[in-house]
Amino acid sequence: MSAVAEAVEPLELVAAPSRFRDSVALLRTNKLALLGAVVTLVFFGIGAVGAVIVLVPSLQHLYLDQDLVDTLKPPFTSGHLLGTDNFGRDMAWRITAGTGISLLVGVAVTLVSVLVGMTLGAVAGYFRGGTDTVISALIDFTWGFPLLLVAVIAVGILQPGLTPVIVAVALVNWAGFARIIRAEAISLREREFVEAARALGVSHLRILVRHIVPNTVASTLVMSSYYVAYAVIAEAGLSFIGMGAQPPTPSLGQMIASGRDYLYVDSWMAIIPGIAIALVVLGLNTLGDGLRDIFDIRARRW
Amino acid sequence: MPVSSAATTRHRSPAADGKPLLAVSGLTKRFPVERDVVGRPTSWLSAVDEVDFEIYPGETLALVGESGSGKSTLARLLLRLIPATSGTVLFDGLDVHRASRQQLRAFRRRAQIVFQDPFGSLDPRMRVSSIVAEGMGHLSLSRRERRKRVLELLELVQLPPQAIDRFPHEFSGGQRQRVSIARALAVNPTFLVADEPVSALDVSVQSHILNLLHDLRARLRLTYLFVSHDMSVVHHIADRVAVMYLGKIVEIAPAEELFQNPRHPYTQALLSSVPALMRHGIERRLVLQGDIPSPIDPPQACRFASRCFRPIERCRSQVPPLEAIDRGGEREHLVACFNPAPLSQLQDHAHAPR
Amino acid sequence: MSVRQQVASQGAAASSDDAVLDVQAMTTEVRVRRGVFKAVDGVSFAVGRGEILGIVGESGCGKTMTALTLMRLLPPSARVQGGHAWLDGVDLLSLSPAAMRRVRGKEISMVFQEPMTSLDPAFTVGDQIVETIRAHEDVGKEEALERAVRILEDVGIPNSGKRLRDYPHQFSGGMRQRVMLAIALVLRPKLVVADEPTTALDVTIQAQILELIAALRSEFGMSVILITHNLGVVHEVADRVAIMYAGEIVETGPVREIFADPRHPYTQGLLRSIPGLATRGRHLPVIPGRVPELSELPPACRFAPRCANRIERCEQVHPRLEAHTDARELRCYNPTPLARR
Repeated sequence: MSAVAEAVEPLELVAAPSRFRDSVALLRTNKLALLGAVVTLVFFGIGAVGAVIVLVPSLQHLYLDQDLVDTLKPPFTSGHLLGTDNFGRDMAWRITAGTGISLLVGVAVTLVSVLVGMTLGAVAGYFRGGTDTVISALIDFTWGFPLLLVAVIAVGILQPGLTPVIVAVALVNWAGFARIIRAEAISLREREFVEAARALGVSHLRILVRHIVPNTVASTLVMSSYYVAYAVIAEAGLSFIGMGAQPPTPSLGQMIASGRDYLYVDSWMAIIPGIAIALVVLGLNTLGDGLRDIFDIRARRW
Repeated sequence: MPVSSAATTRHRSPAADGKPLLAVSGLTKRFPVERDVVGRPTSWLSAVDEVDFEIYPGETLALVGESGSGKSTLARLLLRLIPATSGTVLFDGLDVHRASRQQLRAFRRRAQIVFQDPFGSLDPRMRVSSIVAEGMGHLSLSRRERRKRVLELLELVQLPPQAIDRFPHEFSGGQRQRVSIARALAVNPTFLVADEPVSALDVSVQSHILNLLHDLRARLRLTYLFVSHDMSVVHHIADRVAVMYLGKIVEIAPAEELFQNPRHPYTQALLSSVPALMRHGIERRLVLQGDIPSPIDPPQACRFASRCFRPIERCRSQVPPLEAIDRGGEREHLVACFNPAPLSQLQDHAHAPR
Repeated sequence: MSVRQQVASQGAAASSDDAVLDVQAMTTEVRVRRGVFKAVDGVSFAVGRGEILGIVGESGCGKTMTALTLMRLLPPSARVQGGHAWLDGVDLLSLSPAAMRRVRGKEISMVFQEPMTSLDPAFTVGDQIVETIRAHEDVGKEEALERAVRILEDVGIPNSGKRLRDYPHQFSGGMRQRVMLAIALVLRPKLVVADEPTTALDVTIQAQILELIAALRSEFGMSVILITHNLGVVHEVADRVAIMYAGEIVETGPVREIFADPRHPYTQGLLRSIPGLATRGRHLPVIPGRVPELSELPPACRFAPRCANRIERCEQVHPRLEAHTDARELRCYNPTPLARR
């Protein structure tokens, strides 16, 4: 192709804005987002440590060691920051481990939900027609299915523990992602850059992978934080009623259940895990809100 | 206003010699709007109806019409971006709507499109390098070769080489249109459909892009179908003009002929509605009564009759065919009207709106 | 018909005795990513009684912000930083929100570009007109309805009694714009601000609406500020025109004069860029470069980097908008008359 004869005008490009700078600016103006970010970071830190000690066998003693002399101690006594439980196990380490488990479960579940939901949602929304009808029926069916029932079935098939909890929540949660992604795919397929790709002869698969899915990342990220929070609560709930983590695994929900028996003796044993769950969920929700604000410029104020 | 004579000798006269590059015959597109209990359509929206025309190599055919005219649908039908209900589009002998997958792939490299919306036609998540190279998959180029070619294309559309790694939101509207043009040119097409490519741009940016399109056509020997609702742009770039109303072509003629001697009442009204600053040849505004009728299940009659200022009886019961005004001669002027009349014969149809 | 105006110095314009709106050094700031900038910078102009003033400019020149500032309908990221806008003796920019609400719709009203989004799809057209009337005047529903019927007739909607009960989606684009005009005019405001009223319309409908605006101006005697990027529209219907660039007014004057003999190089460039029969087969003249971002405005004359008439002074001292002839104003040190095409 021959070079252009006349001089190329040095067209100046508009300077690039940066999402990172936006995020930092947002945190400066929105105190609530800042608080949420701090809380989230703290709990993610704790959760990360917790995940490590749960998974590494040599460290598991930290929350398993019993001390039958120092049982049911309140916080700030005998060298235990948050006290001890009925077996004399250190509450602080148990909470740490519990948070780690909650987040592990939450993230695992959400990863599966995102993968399944995004694939099915994108395919349904992009192709429409018969494919969409089938997938949408599946989404609607799953959407209305009670989590408890699925959990009971899962527990019945596999033994009680964290595995059936993960399976059950993932089996139900993907539908939420699929719906949103499907709606986005429907509007994206009408966009002119998709039309242009088709005019260039790009295959449907490539369009899905290169155009549709990347443009749904923003919504997916925002939703993920809310869904992780949901998974945390679901796991806590299922563990509370005995279907999830079995003792001595320190799931936060399971700890509340155990603490229930000692409510009048040492109420801290039930309260502390409850507060931990609340803070994790609060942090995740605030993170979700913050992510949404970052992606939505209209939320900017003077 | 005298017309510059430079225009007539710019290329060889379109209809005189040679085969058309594109020959459209009976092209129709209908959309179902209502269905019965079992899902069979009972009511249709007629977007494009029995359209015939040709486009000759090297020319710019302008497709003009207002909302609901079907011009954008027609543009997409030409490239088989939507399937036709019936009719044929012959591109250099290939029946586009019945082509095999392989033939279609080859066709897609010869006919491309540039869209109206500079903000919607580029994927905001992709860099310019990927956007422009999107159609180049079949070339099996190495990464370096591909990048080199993209740089060549950027130079062709007068964008600086640094643009290659940027994202669409870093560009202005006019610059984005240049990227769209580069993307279309990457596959080396011979035919380009430009669907209102400058309508969303400011006047001063518009002139840059029009000049670019002008140069590219000469340099790359392109043929254009230029869809537009802006008559001043059409005045500037068209060799021939086709006027559409409610899915049908109502008049088609070489540009100067159409502007100086429009025969269809809609064309006359359209040309007369252009603001005085950009108007040529028609003094008074011709008022059209009422609104555009619904394109759903239109009657078998002239679709313009309800708003026409000189209908005759025949207009309400038969569909006027697109026929030549003056037979013979190189320059064909076709009109679909039972009562066409030159401007000189017009009564004073302009009157106050109430 | 031209408004005589002596501009003593920027920011202290003496108002003409016949002006219904007198804007002096109006400045509006916006907060964007990079910081705070003036989208409207010290803008001064006057609108005479019964006059149609066109404000013309390209994207980002500040014309819409000017309209929104006058109407006090700025988005949360913007605010008025200074200046006055005297509407028959009342400074719109200093009114409290409550006071402005009383003025909006009654003394000054606005017509927007997209009638579909400006009309509430959940209410009938009649409801919306009646609501406007009763928000400002203490009249009964019967009387308000009667006035609604009449105003719909005035804007050329046939069958207005019946049409009152229709919803916005039952009207075509042109008809909806007529409804917008009806709502804007029903209380006989002194000034109507129309922001790109015909941009979304087909050219045949545009012609109808422009004719309607001119006719209504004659009949009701209100003044109009017509904001558009379309030079043809301004030429068609406005009495005077103000050209905006990068937040400032660069030239004003009677429409015919400005179009026949533009003085500011930007105005000249704009007019020359209009394609048409005379430019067939040739390159269109272009204005080199592009409109500067608000964050990178040239230090003195904002158009200087793109200007063929640029002299040294243009890059050193910011030119002021000054009287050019009796009826015109110009912000330029080195204008040349447009050569005949």
